[in-house]
This record gives sequence, C-alpha cells and structure tokens, in this order.
Amino acid sequence: MGQRISESWNSRVGIILAVAGSAVGLGNFLRFPGQAAEYGGGAFMIAYFISFLLIGLPICWAEWAMGRMGGQAGFNSAPGIFNYITRRPAFKYLGALGVLIPVVIYMYYVYIEAWCLGYAVNFLRGGMQFAAVEQASEFWQSFIGIQADGSAIGFGWDQVGCYLVLVFILNFVLIFRGISKGIELFCRYAMPALVLLAFVILFRVLTLGVPDANHPERSVQNGLGFMWNPAKQLVETRTSPTEEWEFVEQIVDPQRLELARSLAAEDPHQRVRTVSVWEQLVNPQLWLAAAGQIFFSLSVGFGVIITYASYLRKKDDVVLSGLAATSANEFCEVAIGGLITLPAAVTFLGVAGVAGMGTFGLGFNVLPMVFSNMAGGEIFGFLFFFLLFLAAVTSSLSMLQPGIAFLEESLNINRKQSVTILGFITALGCGFVVYFSQDVKALDTLDFWVGTCLIFILASIQIIIFSWVLGVEKGIQAANAGSSLRIPRIFGWIMKYVSPSLLLIIFIFWVLNKVFGFSLGQSGVAYSSYIKDLFIEPNRVAQLSVLLVAAVATLFVLIIALNKNYSNYSKKDAYDD
Amino acid sequence: MTTSGWLVMLVSVGAVTCLLAVCLYLVFRSGDRAERLHGLESETPDVDAD
Repeated sequence: MGQRISESWNSRVGIILAVAGSAVGLGNFLRFPGQAAEYGGGAFMIAYFISFLLIGLPICWAEWAMGRMGGQAGFNSAPGIFNYITRRPAFKYLGALGVLIPVVIYMYYVYIEAWCLGYAVNFLRGGMQFAAVEQASEFWQSFIGIQADGSAIGFGWDQVGCYLVLVFILNFVLIFRGISKGIELFCRYAMPALVLLAFVILFRVLTLGVPDANHPERSVQNGLGFMWNPAKQLVETRTSPTEEWEFVEQIVDPQRLELARSLAAEDPHQRVRTVSVWEQLVNPQLWLAAAGQIFFSLSVGFGVIITYASYLRKKDDVVLSGLAATSANEFCEVAIGGLITLPAAVTFLGVAGVAGMGTFGLGFNVLPMVFSNMAGGEIFGFLFFFLLFLAAVTSSLSMLQPGIAFLEESLNINRKQSVTILGFITALGCGFVVYFSQDVKALDTLDFWVGTCLIFILASIQIIIFSWVLGVEKGIQAANAGSSLRIPRIFGWIMKYVSPSLLLIIFIFWVLNKVFGFSLGQSGVAYSSYIKDLFIEPNRVAQLSVLLVAAVATLFVLIIALNKNYSNYSKKDAYDD
Repeated sequence: MTTSGWLVMLVSVGAVTCLLAVCLYLVFRSGDRAERLHGLESETPDVDAD
C-alpha cells in the first residue's frame, strides 16, 4: 500500500473558483432560462431569490463548515466527516450517499460533457448547418444514439465515441494531478475563460436585432421579454361558452398583442388573458421549480462542497469563500445564462418555437439551429459549446474528488491506486449509460433517482446534522472561526428550523408530483414513467440502471463497514478544545 | 419587453452582479492574509510516495 500525503488548496481564490466551477454547469445556461420563462420571469425570480436565502445559502455554509471540521481530523469524504462530526457510527453509512451521488452522476455527466465537446468541434469544422430545428434534432439523435442501444458507439467526427474517450482521459489526468495542481490549476484558467467566452457570446446575442425582416416579432427585445416580463399574455380559445378555455399561444410582441386583443374583442370564442405576478406566485409548482433550480444550481447535497472544504486549514475562511462561490454561480446563471439562451433562440424561432423546450431540446436542438443561421455562427457556435464544455469539465472534476478521497481514506491507498479503481468503476458505469442510449433511458433513470431524489435526501441529512446533531450554535461558531465574514444571527434560526422544514416540504411535494403523479392545482393522478418503468410496465434498462446504483452503493457500504479508520473518529478533535 | 420586464431584469442582474462584486472586493482586500502562496510542488499527489 502506498502512503497518503495530505493535500490542501493553494489559495482562497483557487477553492472559490473550484467550488464555483463545480456549481456552474449546463443548468446555468440551459435549465435556468427555460424555468424562468415558463413560470414568468418576475414571479420566478422572487421565489428564486427567497429559495436562495432560505435553502441554498444555509446548506452551502453548513457543507463548507462541516467539510473543514472533518478535514481537521483527517477526513475528506462524507462517511468519515459524518462519522467524526456526529460521533455516531451509523451516520457513516448515510455518508455513503456523499460518495455514491457524485460517482453515479459522473457516469452520465461525462457523456453529456462529450456532447458539448463534439458540438464545439463540429461547429469549428463547419459540420453544423441546419435549416430547421428538425434537422438539428436529427443530428443530435444520431450523435447520441437515441434510436437504438449501442448506436452511440462510434468514432467518427459526428459520433460521440472519440469525444467521450477524450473527456474521460482529461478528467482523470486532472484528478490524478491532485487538488492544487489538477483541479485548482484547471479552474483558475477555465473559469475566467468561461466568463470571457460568455461575454463575447452575450455581446453577439444582444446585437442580433431583428435578423429576419419577414418576422419583426422575432427580435432580441422580445426574447428578453419572454424571459423577464413578469406578467404573461396568453391567447386562449373555446368553441362554446360551456367549455373550458384552451391555451393557444403566449404573446410577447406588443404589436401582435394589440392585434390579438382587437381580434378577441370581435370574437367571443377567443380571449387574451393576462397572468399577473401574484397569480403566478400562488402556484405551488412555481415555488417547487424555483427551489429546485437553486438547489441543483448551487451543487448543494452532491457531496462535493463538503469534500472540497475538507482540504482547507483550520483558520481558512469558509463564510466569505462560500458566499463568493455561490455568488459567482448566481452571476453566471442570472446575468449570463438569463441574457444569452432565450433571447438568441427567440430571435430566430419566435416564442412559439422555443416555449416548452426542455434542457436538452433547447441546448442541443434549438441553439445549434440558431447558431448555424447566425452570421459568424460557426465561430459563435463553437464558442458557446466550448463554454458549456468548460463548465461541464469543472463540474465533472468535482464529482470525482469525493470518490478519490473516499477510496484513499478508507482503503489507505495512494492517488495512483484510487484513480485506477475509480476509473474502472466509472468507466463501467459510463459504458452502461452510453450503450443503453435508446431514448436516453439509462441516463434519464440515473438522473431521476440519483441526480434528483438522492440529492434531496443528502441535503436534508446534511442540514439536520449541522443544525440538530452538531448543534446550530456550535456549527455557526465553527464556521465563523477564521472567516472574514460572520454568518448573520438570523441564519441560526433559518438553518435550524426553516431550511430543514422547507426541504422536507419540497421533497414531499416532489415525491407526490414526480413519483406518484399528483399534480398540484390539477385533478387526476398518474404514476410517473420512472415508477412505471420499474414496477408497472417493467423496462429492462431502467431496472438495470437502478441495479447499477444498488451495486455501487453496496460496494461503498461494504468498504465503510470493513474500514477501521472510521472507528477512530477522534484522531484530533479540532473543535472541542 | 415591458417596462416591468426591464425592471425585473435590471434588478435581478444588478443584484447578482453587486453581490459578486462585493464578495470579490472582500476576498481580494484580504488577499495577503488569504493567499498562502506556498509552492504547488508541496501539494502534488502522492504518486511518488510509494
């Protein structure tokens, strides 16, 4: 067995950029704009900022503080840190989630990362010319092998195979180099480069004007309006007064709105309905969407921040560093993602062509078509997808570190050995996801059960450990030690009562809605496709995906159970003195 | 885009930009204290240790 050498961050800026890099990902540029537009910009932003203060920031600070505490005792992974902080051996098994989640997410995230690199390369070599979204969609489906299992495996320019191998190697080379020389060094260059690229693309998008004179309503200003207007204008029709009004389209352009209103004034079967901010704010789905976006955007509950923070020293700052990293993520999401994606898409496709598009639809079907129709589109398409690629690499690196730390700590092995073992496990998992590419079933199933469900559970466990097991006063005192800022006193109350309660409420509603099919504000119940795939109309790939998660979880639990290091949890109690 | 839309956008973008600016100011103001500036070599992984 090799001897472990303790690692640490080289600078405060380094860890801030690394944590921000972990949080900034595809969701900032693709998921956030779609969510904000769907639920009405103003109303969504109110719920979004409230969720940031009551859920995102408190859990983030708790993770930073617990990570640094565990690191002082020589633990760098969630099982060791939970075991040390709680002094209850059972918690080390809950800590397995802090390793399982990032490792399993890495298995499919690296696949998406390869899409981004592949799109960037194909834009640069002029292979992305699409006249319609359908053409872009066909390219995407062929590129990722959505038609049949095994069809994603290929090594041509327009196949995902070679890009996947490249990004897999890149990730493991960087993680092999260690915390400061690998992750920190890469993020120090990648994050500023990412912001610079974003500003170049932002400038191009905001100067698009009205590219098609035949469609004056397809403009940047209307794209911004679709994203940010607090009140929504909906055209609805019905054939008789006894029927319910049915949605036809959303209108943003003032001239088209005026025309629709004048038509509605003459036609009793048509109306233009204004949905106000307040009407949207009483919709529980909006709050679920806003809280969920904050939650996933900040990477809380992934097991990443707690591991990164464990490499800090006792008197290193965590409060200001945590706030700086989260604010960098918010800046990328709101100020950059909120101004690029939808305005660009609406300018070429109009509101009707963009509304309702999911993250993948917007990112890999709509935007490629938009860039291919833009003057200088090859360059800007390359820059945009390279930006997504950088964002994805900084995130995927952070998903590997908890696994590396766990293997080194629990098996007492060195970096070379831990990288080999984790590389083998993730290569098997990634191979599974890539082979079972039909309808992206494996990816979708893993994302639902691990990338959403387990994250809720881990975040709840973390805030409960911090506030109730460790004690919120002791936790905040530990967080404030050595910090340039102090956590405001009000957050003691928020972390103890509000954050856990809100998380529990959101999780219950999420399970009711996404698992059992209860739709808030609507009648009717239908089990989600994820439940049907497992129990009602069994899908082999979905069941195998869950088995894969169970197998990895069993392996980690066995390693924890056989590990004697975790019995000796109080190597050096840094906070009881 | 309506006037209220502009307002929502400016307030949202302005809020996150100001928050980031304040954080960066505070981080760089205490730069001497925060940056440890030890050599990267001492933090390399343990590939040569075995």
